[in-house]
Amino acid sequence: MSSLSRRSFLKSSALSSASLIIAFHVPRRAEALLSGPKRPLPAPNAFLRIGPDSSVTVQLAHSEMGQGIWTTLPMLLAEELECDWSSIRVETAPAAPAYFHTGFGMQMTGGSSTTSSEFDRYRTVGAMAREMLVRAAAQRWKADVKQLRVEKGFVLKGEERLSFGALAEAAQALTPPTAVALKPSSQWKLIGKPMRRLDTPEKVTGRAQFGSDIQFPGLRTAVVARAPVFGATVKSFDATRARAVPGVEAVVQVPSGVAVVASNFWAARLGRDALDVQWDLGPGQDVDTGQILASFQALAAKPGAVALKKGDCDAVLTKSMRRLVAEYHVPYLSHSAMEPLNCTVRLEKDRCDIWVGTQMQTQDQATAAKLTGLSPDKVAIHTTFLGGGFGRRANPVSDFVSEAVSVAKASGVPVKVQWTREDDTQGGYYRPIFLHRVEVGVDAKGGPLAWKHTVVGQSLLAGTPFEAMMKDGIDESSVEGVSDSPYLHAVGAKLVTLHSPRTPVPVLWWRSVGNTHTAFAMESMLDELAHAAGSDPLAYRVQMLKGQPRHLAVLQLAAEKAGWDKPPPSGTARGLAMHASFGSIVAQVAEVSVDEEKRIRVRRVVCAVDCGLAVNPLSLEAQIQGSIAFGLGPTLHSAITLKQGRVQESNFADYVVLRLDEMPKVEVHVVPSKAKMGGIGEPATAPINAAVANAVFALTGQRLRSLPLKLA
Amino acid sequence: MKLVVNEREVEVSPQAGMPLLWVLRDLLGLTGTKYGCGISQCGACTVHLDGQPVRSCVTPVESVGTRKVTTIEGLSADGTHPVQRAWAEVDVVQCGYCQSGQIMAAAALLARTASPTDADIDEAMTGNICRCGAYQRIREAVHRAAALRASR
Repeated sequence: MSSLSRRSFLKSSALSSASLIIAFHVPRRAEALLSGPKRPLPAPNAFLRIGPDSSVTVQLAHSEMGQGIWTTLPMLLAEELECDWSSIRVETAPAAPAYFHTGFGMQMTGGSSTTSSEFDRYRTVGAMAREMLVRAAAQRWKADVKQLRVEKGFVLKGEERLSFGALAEAAQALTPPTAVALKPSSQWKLIGKPMRRLDTPEKVTGRAQFGSDIQFPGLRTAVVARAPVFGATVKSFDATRARAVPGVEAVVQVPSGVAVVASNFWAARLGRDALDVQWDLGPGQDVDTGQILASFQALAAKPGAVALKKGDCDAVLTKSMRRLVAEYHVPYLSHSAMEPLNCTVRLEKDRCDIWVGTQMQTQDQATAAKLTGLSPDKVAIHTTFLGGGFGRRANPVSDFVSEAVSVAKASGVPVKVQWTREDDTQGGYYRPIFLHRVEVGVDAKGGPLAWKHTVVGQSLLAGTPFEAMMKDGIDESSVEGVSDSPYLHAVGAKLVTLHSPRTPVPVLWWRSVGNTHTAFAMESMLDELAHAAGSDPLAYRVQMLKGQPRHLAVLQLAAEKAGWDKPPPSGTARGLAMHASFGSIVAQVAEVSVDEEKRIRVRRVVCAVDCGLAVNPLSLEAQIQGSIAFGLGPTLHSAITLKQGRVQESNFADYVVLRLDEMPKVEVHVVPSKAKMGGIGEPATAPINAAVANAVFALTGQRLRSLPLKLA
Repeated sequence: MKLVVNEREVEVSPQAGMPLLWVLRDLLGLTGTKYGCGISQCGACTVHLDGQPVRSCVTPVESVGTRKVTTIEGLSADGTHPVQRAWAEVDVVQCGYCQSGQIMAAAALLARTASPTDADIDEAMTGNICRCGAYQRIREAVHRAAALRASR
């Protein structure tokens, strides 16, 4: 494959002539020109570098964790730069204010927001660089810029041409523009086209470097014995046997437990097995997921903090012809990314280097700075590829980073803290248990007049540095998808309230966040209402979405492509769900069957999406397929349970995720859309639970109101 | 102890019982083979012993003997094995962490079954977890690799 050898050639030539590469950057003095009332243009040096060989190195302000921004962000920049696509190289940026998320004020990757938040910035950088290269060429030729054009990495004047590489040095000396015009969409050559990934060559040859692959002379590996129940602390420990394990070099106590530092992972693991640690268990020893659920059910009997209120819901409920009440609940979930958590730290007197697959660079940097007493600019974050993120590597309290810094500090050696799969599964920061109690009053035709919805679940934000994002006691991530549901727009009386009880179990965002449970509750209840009204599930939803043309179009496209009006294949039934999240709308029709052992098999999923502009349709399709697979694990199998504070699941044998033989055929249909760009990394995870549950009901008559779905 | 890894003889001094995975990664620096579960549940650590796929995380290094070890780094000199080419054509990878294992499992499947059915692929590849859920393209790419192999 030519691209593989080409990329390895570029890599080696870049290394061997590193000192010759001319950075194409904006001189400091120019920044003053950029200041003013308007938001300054980004400094192009922070985002791209053009080498004398015309190679274009793009700095990523975000982390590549599978979602494909390694390719999509360069597409945006190259669209305006007009470089040759094969000249693109990609690097992850260091942690620095220049790379703050354009909306969130910190360097991070999440919320399905990378492409939409960078759509203007990366195109602008490309346009600025192109403009400077053209001016440099105009000076060289003593020509008017209007006579020049740009094509595939060259500036052209009639038959003459100059490469970007030949112009880079001269362009570097120019004052950057303060404003640039971006191409109209009619002129796009890359945006909207299916583009293959640029990280494939490394990832199919084993060369891609993940956090756990970091190695350098003197680096040690540590495995940490962590608390057996959440919140427990070390009372005492005996490391005699651990120290006797060949390869073990040190045993040190850190805030999270006891770390065994060794020459390699295996020795560290054997050392940990030989440790004897006594713990003060604390209140975490009483945690029981069955009891949590029972307490949530009790809470749901009363309204909580008001998230949405219109009309007198209770009064309308009392007067309604008929009332439907249902409770839905979902368990704790582990992210279980393929790459178990890890972090490598080299701490020196006046600096700290951290190699880590993280979704939250500047938060981790600030945490490490605080722990080491260094200023943040002395803490270098080297972001590697992430072997999956799904939210687990975006922890506001930087658990896996701060622990590694503590181990490096206590042991005095450069160290990689490697979590085992069991550590990763049992380490907390789960998608929390949520319970929804939904009470709907309907009219004679079965249409909803009053919608009373009580949500119970632990807040993701409370008690974290992000707590200030909560308003009036409402963590939006607990009610998103209910309080803003398009289905509720036309309902006359509605009351959405929230209870946010705390537990000792640490919780965190998990791909599609609150929508993982709100979509299940909303779309299951809609199906129940349709059934009670004797309506077709599609027709009922269409009726409720009058006045919501975008949502309606997505729903109807999915139904049409699935052949909703035709009978499903023998032995199967179809279920429907539509959910809007992260600025995108997704509708899914699932076709399911049930085998002799009552196992639910999802055969086919037809998915329609309106995400505004689809920048890379090939990547979009992969994200939708993957999001559905990620959601189907918990639909069918996954749950974290605790008894006497102990997490019962430990590895893929008992925390069961979707495997290849259960992967349905996923068909993706994109609505051509001029709507504001939404995200695509998460929205398709949300509705799959309900689409499958609704199909199971259609097939078996069993309404399953909790996940994972288990037939009686 | 002598091992033959990617057609080269290497000398290592592992502690007793060390799984092949950690010999490859920590003693030989071959980090393309990944740790995912440690109990033969996820397939991220798949390598070949004399062409047969094995889970290196549960293979004690002493048991390897004279069998030839092939890792992702040794599957092809330049990333042009039909499976690697098919993976690129079909745009399979996402985070990529499981892909060394997926590719080694697929290569072993094709070596024994030149033209696998979907059922063959299920049987051979269901032991390889992909949390990004790239399964649909993995399946497509195995078929594509079979076609590429046949046209070689």
